[in-house]
Amino acid sequence: MDTVMKVGIGTPLSRVDGLEKVTGRAKYAAEYEVPDMLHGVAVPSAIARGRIAAIDDRAARQVPGVVEVLTHENRPREAWLDRSWKDELKIPGEPFRALGDDRVLFAGQPVALVLAESFEAARHAASLLDIRYEEEAHNIDFQVSLAEKFEPSKKRSSFHPPKNRGDAEAAFAEAPLKLEGEYHLATEHHNPMEMHATTLHWHGDGKITVYDKTQGPQGVQAYLASAFGFSKSDVRVVNAYVGGAFGSGLRPQWQVQLATLAAKHMQRSVRVVMTRQQMFTHVHRPECRMSVRLGADVEGRLTSVICDATTSTSRFEDNMEDIVIWGMMNYASPNAAGSYSIAPRDTYTSADMRAPGAATGMTLFEIAMDEMAYKAGVDPLEFRLLNYSEVDAMNGTPFTSKALREAYREGAARFGWDRRSPEPRSMREGRELVGWGVATGMWDAMFSKTSASAKLSANGHLEVACATSDIGTGTYTVLTLVAADTLGLPPEQITARLGDSSLPTAPVEGGSWAAASSGAAVQLACQSVAKKLLRAADKVEGRPLNGAHSLDDVVFEGGRMLLKSDPTRSVGIVQAMQAAELPVIEEEETASGGISGMVSQMLKSRNTHSAIFCEVRVDEELGQVRVTRIVNAVAAGRIINPKTARSQILGGVVMGMGMALHEETLADRKLGRWMNHNLAEYHVPAHADVEQIDVIFVDEPDPEVTPLGVKGVGEIGIIGTAAAIANAIFHATGKRIRSLPITIDKLID
Amino acid sequence: MNPFVYARPDALPEAVRLGATGRAAFLAGGTNLVDLMKENVARPAEVVDINRLALRDIVEIDGGGLRIGALVTNADTAYDERVRRRYPLLCSAILAGASPQLRNAATNGGNLNQRTRCYYFYDVQTPCNKREPGQGCGAIGGANRIHAILGASPQCIATHPSDMCVALAALEAVVRVTGPQGERTIPFEDYHRLPGNEPWKDNTLAPGELVTAIDLPPEGFAAHHTYLKLRDRLSYAFALVSVAVGMRVEEGRVADLRIALGGVAHKPWRRPQAEAAMRGQAPSRELFEAAAQGLLEGAMGQGDNDFKIPLARRAIVRALSQAAAGTPQSQTDKRIA
Ligand SMILES: Cc1cc2nc3c(=O)[nH]c(=O)nc-3n(C[C@H](O)[C@H](O)[C@H](O)COP(=O)(O)OP(=O)(O)OC[C@H]3O[C@@H](n4cnc5c(N)ncnc54)[C@H](O)[C@@H]3O)c2cc1C
Ligand code: SF4
Repeated sequence: MDTVMKVGIGTPLSRVDGLEKVTGRAKYAAEYEVPDMLHGVAVPSAIARGRIAAIDDRAARQVPGVVEVLTHENRPREAWLDRSWKDELKIPGEPFRALGDDRVLFAGQPVALVLAESFEAARHAASLLDIRYEEEAHNIDFQVSLAEKFEPSKKRSSFHPPKNRGDAEAAFAEAPLKLEGEYHLATEHHNPMEMHATTLHWHGDGKITVYDKTQGPQGVQAYLASAFGFSKSDVRVVNAYVGGAFGSGLRPQWQVQLATLAAKHMQRSVRVVMTRQQMFTHVHRPECRMSVRLGADVEGRLTSVICDATTSTSRFEDNMEDIVIWGMMNYASPNAAGSYSIAPRDTYTSADMRAPGAATGMTLFEIAMDEMAYKAGVDPLEFRLLNYSEVDAMNGTPFTSKALREAYREGAARFGWDRRSPEPRSMREGRELVGWGVATGMWDAMFSKTSASAKLSANGHLEVACATSDIGTGTYTVLTLVAADTLGLPPEQITARLGDSSLPTAPVEGGSWAAASSGAAVQLACQSVAKKLLRAADKVEGRPLNGAHSLDDVVFEGGRMLLKSDPTRSVGIVQAMQAAELPVIEEEETASGGISGMVSQMLKSRNTHSAIFCEVRVDEELGQVRVTRIVNAVAAGRIINPKTARSQILGGVVMGMGMALHEETLADRKLGRWMNHNLAEYHVPAHADVEQIDVIFVDEPDPEVTPLGVKGVGEIGIIGTAAAIANAIFHATGKRIRSLPITIDKLID
Repeated sequence: MNPFVYARPDALPEAVRLGATGRAAFLAGGTNLVDLMKENVARPAEVVDINRLALRDIVEIDGGGLRIGALVTNADTAYDERVRRRYPLLCSAILAGASPQLRNAATNGGNLNQRTRCYYFYDVQTPCNKREPGQGCGAIGGANRIHAILGASPQCIATHPSDMCVALAALEAVVRVTGPQGERTIPFEDYHRLPGNEPWKDNTLAPGELVTAIDLPPEGFAAHHTYLKLRDRLSYAFALVSVAVGMRVEEGRVADLRIALGGVAHKPWRRPQAEAAMRGQAPSRELFEAAAQGLLEGAMGQGDNDFKIPLARRAIVRALSQAAAGTPQSQTDKRIA
């Protein structure tokens, strides 16, 4: 019995939902079959800004199978009554409301929804609408929009304003070593594999079930209830499987608005699916410009850090990101200052995309750090260690843990950094210039109040449930591991249920907090079950566990409870339940971090860190870059599942490669429209672009950061990666490119 | 996508008859046509599925060439032993394009007739002369990173996106077509056309004419050739600039030479004068630079694509040196030779 390998926290477990996914049994929002369903196809606006003057839908209505053409003129009046209502993210401004009125706010905005008995009829009819617009002047060009940049007085609640220290301007003026640079990141669109989709089941008794592509089923539930006049208990939102999201599903998107409007209007079930082209009509990572000024003493110790950044938003909402704080937090400069503004353009509101803020701000800052290292004549890794801060340098608070030094050390050792020749253009193999670059990553370790239930049946099967979402990150697997760890059951005996608003309360999945938060909740719920089991064990004949008063006195292993003081005395879980005549034990618990957690939250900083090392090979003449090697050493507290955690870092690194070299949504300024709106022309890395990626998780015990000591790994992998690549390109070529992505045209320039 | 009538004829004459209505489209692998139909760019009233036609063979032709059926897939063409051995340039160009999945579905006839990837052409809510004559060209003064630097007109600056066709141009292949008027052959040079005042015409096929085969002449430049493709990522992207070179070297001198460029014009771009100027000369960097100069004479950028001019110049020089050295560009090793 004792020889059974315990599967639990720290076991590399393959995805428990892998089979469902590869066999196609896992259902996504657009795949649910509901009876008597209408197909809705959205018609995109041809203009970027103005008014809809007239819609001629006669030809569309002639198409056999078409039952309705929904527009701002005939949509249900009771919808959109509550103008003040906001979704879970509460972005300041007025959220977009599909078919709300005759205003056109961005190109591709859905201005009508054709409803038909078949998808084909709806799609064809959608092409027949004749819409006249009154066009108004518009702007999609970020550079132009900078003339209108402003600091919003009402901040987004997640925003952390930069806290200045010392006199950064004076210190910069006096610094013997100075760097001044303008950095830029292009607009990127999220483009998860699964397009946004909603299948709304109209039950006919006032209740609806909404299969939606979202990161937060309860957020969508609350949203639909208040924006469309449902009672919350009549709305169930299901997102059992999500084909990636990267933040695009944090807010309810327009397809769920349209599906709900249509279902209300027709009193029927409706499905609305975005096309890939339409995926470019909503959320995107904001474009960013950041100016960085760094001052240092002659040894290379930073004396001043100044970051001023602007990111793009829409004209109707003020989306904000934490761009400028990362360098101010991470490095020990005595003087630091930051300012941040946003610039509106006629697009949909920009949105959180994997590691929002840090992926942009930390990455751009780390390019500046690299430049300063060369100015100071210090090895770029050495330079970062020279300016290492043991505490959060902006907030002056200690970290619950910060194993960044170890990450630098282990990453450098694995990469072979000590063999680097310092001079740019000094490494070459054949025709190719070889460059080695380094960068730092930093992200928040967040925790969000979350509930979960655990239900143990007398046959030994355990079901744990939580309304959080698995957006491909491995949450099903992670929660299975936590439950296995707590109750000593094999994973095959455990089912995790997620992605359903009727399950115990969880916040929207984002910010890399899901594993830490829902994991803690599942652990608590399983512990409550364990306590009941311990009591039930009393009923077993001979009371083998006599003397066990609390969970501290027993171990759960191999489906049994063993007395710690004498492991030969044990009771089977099933045995205990039978003895106590308990058919099921069901418990629900909430993990909130507790009062002490909240206090320490204010007194300590909680962050993940990473050190990224990168090798590129550049054919300089032809502007071709190959990223041949990346080592990403991550300090993220306790790792629940090394296997899915590694996958998260790999995915983040690949996305960082896209940020460095490929991803860019191109605009037509005259039309105010994104133009490369398909995956043939919007480039993300292909297999050929991805070579060796090594992931290291450095040891970082941190019992304080969250109840399980977990920090989350969903986002840290992308942060800084693009900087490591840009820095390696500089080392290879001597060419400093400050605008991402580094495309062929910039390289041969 | 509009409703359409679907037909799947068994024989060529029937296909040609069905295709001659003026509103019909031939469906081969469907990797381009179906996308265009979904986007409402192509709105055929009849779709004539040609997949049952007997155009799937690769056979020897008199005098030493190969005849490749229009319905042979891009993959089957590239992996055919005879093509690999005798026309490695063609094989390489095909493998530089798209992805394995696409090449398994895409046919040679479809590859020749695939349409431009111009962003505006694909988006019916933007102006495009190629899609709707008279609307104007959105790409001029718009987003034109992928557009032409040679042979463009004030009506259209689109490029032909094919890789395979660049090699076929260099090989001086011949296109065999059958139409309402019967059979004819078109030299590759005359198959695709420049946009001029009729940008909606990609090529010189008459309505209802069907490509049946591509004839490859005996000379395959197997010893000295290369296909060098430069793009925005290392695979699975259309060429920003590509160069196909076929060279015959005798006694250290260029005896024969073909250079064709992809990604720069409305058709695979050749300048026979530039090739002629190199004949009889010993290969050298200066010679290659002069050839590049000749090929690119009159090149004009549109703003976003200005970089293509220096890029093309360097690519030509590199490709010529690869071909001369007998070290063609690998399509699996992404390092540029
Ligand atoms: C994402 C993506 C990436 C791609 N990347 C590349 C690339 O890098 N390089 C590259 O070269 N190509 C690339 N392609 C294009 C691909 O090569 C073409 O789509 C393919 O070759 C078309 O062949 P098909 O048989 O599928 O043609 P279809 O889609 O069936 O037809 C295309 C056109 O040709 C016409 N047609 C077909 N057969 C005949 C015939 N026998 N006679 C007359 N007309 C005919 C059709 O009517 C239609 O107008 C890519 C395509 C996609 C979707
Ligand atoms: S370049 Fe040609 S295809 Fe593109 S918009 Fe202009 S006319 Fe249309």
